[in-house]
Amino acid sequence: MANLVKDVTINDSHPKTLLLKRHVEYIAAYGNNKEDFEYCMTEYLRMSGMYWGLTAMELMGHLHYMDKAQVIEFISQCIDSSGGISSSIGHDPHLLYTLSAVQILCLLDAVSVLPVDKVTEYVASLQKPDGSFTGDKWGEVDTRFSFCAVACLSLLGRLDAIDVDKAVEFVVSCHNFDGGFGSQPGSESHAGLIYCCVGLLSITGRLHLIDGDLLGWWLSERQLPSGGLNGRPEKLPDVCYSWWVLASLAMLGRLHWVHKQSLERFVLACQDTELGGFSDRPGDIPDPFHTLFGLAALSLLGNGELGKVNPTYCMPQHVIDRLKLRPQVLSV
Amino acid sequence: MEGSSSEEGEDVNWTFYRDREEWADLKPVPQDDGPHPVVAIAYSEKFRDVFDYFRGVLKVHELSERALDLTRDAVELNPGNYTVWQYRRQILKHLDKDLKEEMAFVAEMISAFPKNYQVWHHRQVLVSWLNDASDELQLTAKMLALDAKNYHAWQHRQWAIRTFNLFQNELEFIEKLLNDDIRNNSAWNQRYFVINQTTEFAPEVIEKEIAYVLSKIKIATKNESSWNYLRGIVLHSESGLRKPSVIDFCDELYNSGNRSACLLSYLVDAALEQAEYGVVKENSLLSIDKALELCDNLANEFDVCRRGYWNYISGCLRVHMN
Repeated sequence: MANLVKDVTINDSHPKTLLLKRHVEYIAAYGNNKEDFEYCMTEYLRMSGMYWGLTAMELMGHLHYMDKAQVIEFISQCIDSSGGISSSIGHDPHLLYTLSAVQILCLLDAVSVLPVDKVTEYVASLQKPDGSFTGDKWGEVDTRFSFCAVACLSLLGRLDAIDVDKAVEFVVSCHNFDGGFGSQPGSESHAGLIYCCVGLLSITGRLHLIDGDLLGWWLSERQLPSGGLNGRPEKLPDVCYSWWVLASLAMLGRLHWVHKQSLERFVLACQDTELGGFSDRPGDIPDPFHTLFGLAALSLLGNGELGKVNPTYCMPQHVIDRLKLRPQVLSV
Repeated sequence: MEGSSSEEGEDVNWTFYRDREEWADLKPVPQDDGPHPVVAIAYSEKFRDVFDYFRGVLKVHELSERALDLTRDAVELNPGNYTVWQYRRQILKHLDKDLKEEMAFVAEMISAFPKNYQVWHHRQVLVSWLNDASDELQLTAKMLALDAKNYHAWQHRQWAIRTFNLFQNELEFIEKLLNDDIRNNSAWNQRYFVINQTTEFAPEVIEKEIAYVLSKIKIATKNESSWNYLRGIVLHSESGLRKPSVIDFCDELYNSGNRSACLLSYLVDAALEQAEYGVVKENSLLSIDKALELCDNLANEFDVCRRGYWNYISGCLRVHMN
């Protein structure tokens, strides 16, 4: 049987250098264009959108282009009486957006606008007896939410508010036979969820609970001939998975297990030369989500034009240093 | 990003909520766009109208038939809006609606937006409320026929199977999927899930599964998914990767000239395991020297892009030379 590999082809028409200025313009303009259909369709994830844009700007050294006071004002209007934070004004609070808001406020050094005790109480209220977390009070369980909860509380210096051992136990119960992790016990290994699980173990200092060689191998197997990384076997490469795989390998101290030059070439090829920004694959439409993860991947690969990113939090390293956080990183 | 809706506005029969007499009593609440100055928004009139009225009913907490219809328009325009779904559930409960009808609606929504988190979550809540999962295998099978790796569909299927003990015909279903696509990693994962939850890994199950997966590896020797499954299974046997029947299979494949990176890496890992835990059955393929040679082949010829990994494994092997 032929072994056709699902992949993309990169050629000379794709960009090879970092188009920094274009990306700065792209992100700066994104929030201004409210006439955009897509902008209003994404209201339900606005808070995350702001985290992607602001973090991208900081990695590019242009955070000063953004109106910090307005951002802080917006976040303060999204804080629910429960302490949870919503994606946008008038939406229900959710753990995903609570983490995004906390990440933004840490970036802007403005955590003091948060009712930290209430936020902590909200996050802690979402932990279930088996250690897992739901995304909101309505009950969807997913290892993404375990990461959100632990990342959020560690950024606030309040990890003591939850049962960390139980949270770790749940994540370990999602460990699969191939070394990876899924969303729930028994769910298929998936690079995005592996990032969440490894990230949680990095924050809690429990990376020794996993077989780094086995998982590192599975992760490095995600690299395709184009240099890009996919999220599961037999899927197409994607810039966001390139970040999740790379960040996980970085936490496991095994970043050098992928071929850096070809990955860098793939990520650079995903830039939009006209609009600015990065897309999932070469030639597709860019968006702020892939733009942040494209830049973050390049930063981890050592691009000198960008600020250093922390692989566990996907936040600028200097912010993590300022907060005196030391997420665990293995070395081999 | 998930959950984008189709372009709207083509429907000539559409009446804006602001023009509907039966809604005249409700005060719409325009969107607050947050940090930037509010500018005239040119996006779809229909979208704005529906969500202005949705915010209106939310504000006065109206739980009525008309509000239920409104949430339907709203989720159809933007199925990713989790607040609308939650409000819809509140109304369904409050009005004590026929949930079978709602099941049909959410099935339609799943077909239209198969990768949206909220539609699947809504389905799960309804199944729990009804305590009836009799349609779930069929629904997920239908969605997997369209996209065999849809993570949401698999997650929902596993939830239904586990919660309502629907394991009975699952292996058959998986075999069909693997016959269609031997590289379907989701199906291999599901196979492990079913066995782990039913027969577990008794010796005879291990033998049966090894025979099954080896027959599939023969067909596609570079298939990462089947090799990973094999590794997952043999780890339940006492001899681990060194299991003689598997090593004999690898030996034969290797001697036939096959150099699949999956095969070579299996042999290298088995050699490393042998160095650490001892010989189960003599085979020169599992010597340290041979394994070092294979690592070298992988790093320089068969799997060059993972050279960093193979160099690391060579180092682990060398430790055992002393």
